[in-house]
Amino acid sequence: MDVYSFLIQLLNGLQYGLLLFLVASGLTLIFGIMGIINLAHGSFYMIGAYMAFSLASLTGSLFMAIVVGIVLSVTLGIVLEWMLFSRLYKRDHLEQVLLTYGLILVFEELRSLIVGNDVHGVTVPEIFNWSIPLTATLSYPVYRLFMSAVCIVLAVLLYLLIAKTRLGMMIRAGASNREMVASLGLNINLIYRLVFALGVALAAFAGMIAAPVSSVYPGMGTGVLIICFVVVVIGGIGSIWGALVASLLIGLADTFGKVLIPEAAGVVVYVLMAAILLWRPEGLFRRV
Amino acid sequence: MKPIGSLRRIGAMTAAAMAAGALLLASPALSQQQGKLKVGLMLPYTGTYAALGNAITNGFKLAIEENGGKVAGREIEYFVVDDESDPAKAPENANKLIKRDNVDVMVGTVHSGVALAMAKVARDNNTLLIIPNAGADDITGPLCAANVFRTSFSNSQMGIAMGKVMADQKKKTAVTITWKYAAGEESTGGFKETFEAGGGKVVKELFLPFPQVEFQPLLTEIAALKPDVVYAFFAGGGAVKFVKDYAAAGLNKTIPLVGPGFLTDGTLEAQGDAAQGMLTTLHYADGLNNPKNNAFRAAYMKAYKSEPDVYAVQGYDAAQLLIVGMNAVKGDTGKRAELVAAMGAAKIDSPRGSLALNKGHNPIHDIYLRKVEGKENKYVSVAVKNLTDPPRGCKL
Repeated sequence: MDVYSFLIQLLNGLQYGLLLFLVASGLTLIFGIMGIINLAHGSFYMIGAYMAFSLASLTGSLFMAIVVGIVLSVTLGIVLEWMLFSRLYKRDHLEQVLLTYGLILVFEELRSLIVGNDVHGVTVPEIFNWSIPLTATLSYPVYRLFMSAVCIVLAVLLYLLIAKTRLGMMIRAGASNREMVASLGLNINLIYRLVFALGVALAAFAGMIAAPVSSVYPGMGTGVLIICFVVVVIGGIGSIWGALVASLLIGLADTFGKVLIPEAAGVVVYVLMAAILLWRPEGLFRRV
Repeated sequence: MKPIGSLRRIGAMTAAAMAAGALLLASPALSQQQGKLKVGLMLPYTGTYAALGNAITNGFKLAIEENGGKVAGREIEYFVVDDESDPAKAPENANKLIKRDNVDVMVGTVHSGVALAMAKVARDNNTLLIIPNAGADDITGPLCAANVFRTSFSNSQMGIAMGKVMADQKKKTAVTITWKYAAGEESTGGFKETFEAGGGKVVKELFLPFPQVEFQPLLTEIAALKPDVVYAFFAGGGAVKFVKDYAAAGLNKTIPLVGPGFLTDGTLEAQGDAAQGMLTTLHYADGLNNPKNNAFRAAYMKAYKSEPDVYAVQGYDAAQLLIVGMNAVKGDTGKRAELVAAMGAAKIDSPRGSLALNKGHNPIHDIYLRKVEGKENKYVSVAVKNLTDPPRGCKL
């Protein structure tokens, strides 16, 4: 592998890692702060992708679809938290798994009823539908660069929100001691609801922005869910910073694994996870 | 009164005797024509492969209709099961057809995993099975059986044909890329076999887990390797995406992308400009000019008001094969050995050209080289005449 293609592969890996981070950050937030194991998180990604497909064909514009999609997914998050998840905080993980697994089945069946079981493509918006020539043989699609830029911006915003704002302070406080925050007169239920809606929106947004690149197909949420759990476990449960590092690590391992040992491409990330857990059983970073 | 009475009696006797005689005469015919021939269609009628299941069914019924709606004088009774392309439900569905409905012959299916399960059930119950699509090599290889036939193709056949074409074009190096599953590995394996036998070299075999479509790292790798040609096996949504990504990465300008026909069949609408000029190999093509195909296309168009595709041809030939076998035993499914022998030796005039079967009951047929022009996979030439793949591991 020469320097050029190494650099391009590096770019590919980082780009995949950043996308993973969008989904995994929501998962780790919901688990770290609210203590809920949310197996349905992959479904939010799938819902996002299908919204991008349906709304883009309705409105004719992916950006329009994303704007409407964000509003819808925040609403979905708030309704789900209010109706279902708010009842789970005091229950044990087994019951959480039961409910959220049930939700996966419900969402998949709804998807099948509403959109059907076909694989769909989503067109890349016209202004990004061109490529930059990198080498004599290879060009790089601009949409992928745009996607990475959006992911970086969101990661920075998320960091600022959690670390620098008053709301972030309340979220962190709520994570460490729910009762204490409540007795200080803060509306902890509202904070949790916002965090949950944020997590859903992040996953759905990742699905929407990735739709032109990944295409839209049944069961796409499950694959993402598994890899996101790997990210959360490697990064340290509840740590945003850990999720970022772990996402990039997984992105790079997956990319270089596919290229260097194609026969074993599917297992590279799991070997990496096992190795890291042997070295640090609690993950790379513990909660921020 | 008496003579009249005896006359009457004689008359009655004669009538009875005649009736008995008729019965006696008829009895061999009765045992032969045990009423209707029961045909079990186990195909996908919902999900991703629904269109394929319907095309196969249409093709099958068209051939039966052209034969007067009967097979060797017996009427047909269809038993239809939607297999949902779900291998987990396959044994139960196949058993239902065999044990509950008592079908004489099973026809199905599209999905290889389901077909493998059907083949096992068919072997265990010694039920006649005709496979009108699923291409898993093993079905007519190590798992072959006297009562299992295939009228479609095996996965390695298209690779074998394309490998030869590329070697003949003096291409020196190639990269193969596919999902890491049986169909993909069989197809790229076939390509490697003939391409290297012809003096080429497969410099790298790339895989990604099914059904992932994140091709970017692999495209980057292909650009770095700069092979003379890339052979890819993908189907459905994956095929659409791969061909588009390949073009978006600018690779199609310098490195030709080739593959089995499934890469561009039924997907050209979605692939658009990205697929133009691509070469693929398949046992059928648009613009195939032979009298049988022209007649078939006209009849299909008339019956179903839509253009037939390769799947309709495979269904049509499944029925043709059944008709040949049943005619040989005059409709008596009891004569299994002769029925199976006649089917195995059948020479079928198929819309694709001539069709025969090898020892493992896998098709021997011409594989065509096709080129994408507009929305069609245009016939270019015969890539391999009468291609037959050795039935590896088959003990028939």
